Amino acid sequence: MLVIKNLKANVEGKEILKGINLEIKAGEVHAIMGPNGSGKSTLANVLAGHGGYEVTDGEIYFEGKELVELAPEDRAREGIFLAFQYPIEIPGISNATFLKTALNEVRKYNGKPEATPKEFMELLREKSGVLGMDPQFISRSVNVGFSGGEKKRNEILQMLMLQPKLALLDETDSGLDIDALKIVSSGVNVFKNNDNAVLLVTHYQRLLDYIVPDYVHVLSKGRIIKSGGKELALELEEKGYDWIKNDELIEENV
Amino acid sequence: MEEIKTNGLQEKDEISEDMQLLNDVTKNEYKWGFITDIESDTAPKGLNEEIVRFISLKKGEPEWMTEWRLKAFRHWQTMEEPKWPNVKYPKIDFQDIIYYSAPKKKPQLDSLDEVDPELLKTFEKLGIPLEEQKILSGVAVDAVFDSVSVATTFKETLKEKGVIFSSVSEALKDHPELVKKYLGSVVPYTDNYYAALNAAVFSDGSFVYIPKGVRCPMELSTYFRINNEETGQFERTLIIAEEGSYVSYLEGCTAPIRDTNQLHAAVVELVILENAEIKYSTVQNWYPGNSEGKGGIYNFVTKRAACRGNHSKVSWTQVETGSAVTWKYPSCILQGDYSVGEFYSVAVTNNYQQADTGTKMIHLGKNTSSTIISKGISAGKSNNSYRGLVKVGKKADNARNFTQCDSMLMGDKCGAHTFPYIEIENDTAKVEHEATTSKVGEDQIFYLNQRGISTEDAVNMIVNGFCKEVFNELPMEFAVEAQKLLAISLESSVG
Repeated sequence: MLVIKNLKANVEGKEILKGINLEIKAGEVHAIMGPNGSGKSTLANVLAGHGGYEVTDGEIYFEGKELVELAPEDRAREGIFLAFQYPIEIPGISNATFLKTALNEVRKYNGKPEATPKEFMELLREKSGVLGMDPQFISRSVNVGFSGGEKKRNEILQMLMLQPKLALLDETDSGLDIDALKIVSSGVNVFKNNDNAVLLVTHYQRLLDYIVPDYVHVLSKGRIIKSGGKELALELEEKGYDWIKNDELIEENV
Repeated sequence: MEEIKTNGLQEKDEISEDMQLLNDVTKNEYKWGFITDIESDTAPKGLNEEIVRFISLKKGEPEWMTEWRLKAFRHWQTMEEPKWPNVKYPKIDFQDIIYYSAPKKKPQLDSLDEVDPELLKTFEKLGIPLEEQKILSGVAVDAVFDSVSVATTFKETLKEKGVIFSSVSEALKDHPELVKKYLGSVVPYTDNYYAALNAAVFSDGSFVYIPKGVRCPMELSTYFRINNEETGQFERTLIIAEEGSYVSYLEGCTAPIRDTNQLHAAVVELVILENAEIKYSTVQNWYPGNSEGKGGIYNFVTKRAACRGNHSKVSWTQVETGSAVTWKYPSCILQGDYSVGEFYSVAVTNNYQQADTGTKMIHLGKNTSSTIISKGISAGKSNNSYRGLVKVGKKADNARNFTQCDSMLMGDKCGAHTFPYIEIENDTAKVEHEATTSKVGEDQIFYLNQRGISTEDAVNMIVNGFCKEVFNELPMEFAVEAQKLLAISLESSVG
């Protein structure tokens, strides 16, 4: 589904990603872990097409299509979804308007008819139920006055509504208490199936107690320095990132 | 007298591609810019007592009216053009303007069949249906073409309720006593330079009278169109709401594309008696000039409402996207006890447009309250200023005002300014002022992009959200039109 080859990217002229190689297949859950500043969020934003990040080298293929030149809205319509680390507020636009517009844009692009108001409301009721959201939120402005937890839940709701092929979750666990973490995780688990894929970007192992990854990658200084199964996350938790970094240093010195 | 000034320039370094796109000003077409080929009855250029008399004579006005105009003209000659607004434009040559132009086949105002078909076509093109059977929305329309009111619809229906909705010229013939009593009573000709000019040369406009206790059964609408080149448009609107009555009034305006600037100096007077309410909505879309700042309308307008009775109420709602230069402060004089004044405004400027607009809330009665919600959006190289006065008089116990001024900047070459003036002479007054300035954020656009929404739609959404409190005040159909208009006005700023 997603193939990344030797991806290098700059932010404000500074190289953050220094050659990422990664392949994600349908049905898989990957976790990218790493210390602050290692480039985790940059990777998620580059995949989503954020204008502030410049790809300087390498290739990204999504479902066989070259991504780098594709506009962010077209990537979204192709099925790439980014759950934001810091969801953005849009004053004066209701969640209903926002969700409906997004849903219909994606549908239109994929040659499907727009959702009727009835379809939309039914879908919304079903998906917000999964996340235990108060139906009142639908008439509130997008993320305005939402608590941190509500914002994250809203991101997951959007994911459930839009049904992307690849979901990038950028530190979705940050700032969540344990109850909210469970709800958000259950949303992701409801979403997950054999036809889609999830890439989790996280600093902590605890999210992986609830969303079990097939692969864990450790990112440090813009490179994936170690990949493994879910046990790698536990090892990291136990020994800290220094363990890997030292390891890396040793490897580089040899 | 503080000035809160914001200029996008400081944040120049942070601008990335999306914002760059915002700055690219393209050539969006003003789609109402066509010219109607119609024979006109036109006065020679220039302004003097003879022209004033000519206009009055053409309109068959009574002697007192001619005298009033002449007094206004003489007063105007002693006045100076105001220099204080935050706008720049070349000096207007008032002798180079035509002050009267009317379609030659003077239509019989009772029947639309007699209206020149060219005119009907024009209004049809503008989306203003004049043929009554075609009107489904139940809005009565008065259409003003250059200087003359050409058609007023639904007259009979309104007559049954005793509502008078006609051109001012007609009202002068049919109800001279009402016109004489109220004309100039809210905006005297001595008020300001443009009000004096208007009083001397105004050619037509709408007259509305809602009798005691009547709730006007439909929305009343006037549509203004400037067609003739070199013509100034000076219309005058007078609305009287008797005790316990209600009316919702809408006005819309467009003009053809012309290289030269045209002057529009209107006066609107509203009189609201006890327990009465007037809701006055404007969608102003005069030609704003092209992307290089050439041409466009100078819109210098005096609008004022006098809440004379206790518990009277007035709401001004305006969406202003047009004109090269706008100078306009719809005001409320809250004379009656418990009277209420509201001002909801969206002002959009793009390219080289300049707007200096706001309101005046004059609290004179006891327990009066006012609300001001102003949303200014600046794009391109435009300048958008809010100027507002809240005045509380000595006897106005317990006056309340809430003011909220929000500015939104699109790109880094535009400006937003806020000039709030507050004059309080009574200790019991409670006045609140809030102001914010924001930029259409790159992050907001990316967030919407990431959900499959194009940049252009994203900007429209953000802007509509920003203006929501004002759009909510507009009648449904007008709100839809206003949203579309906003999208068109800002199309160019999204690259």
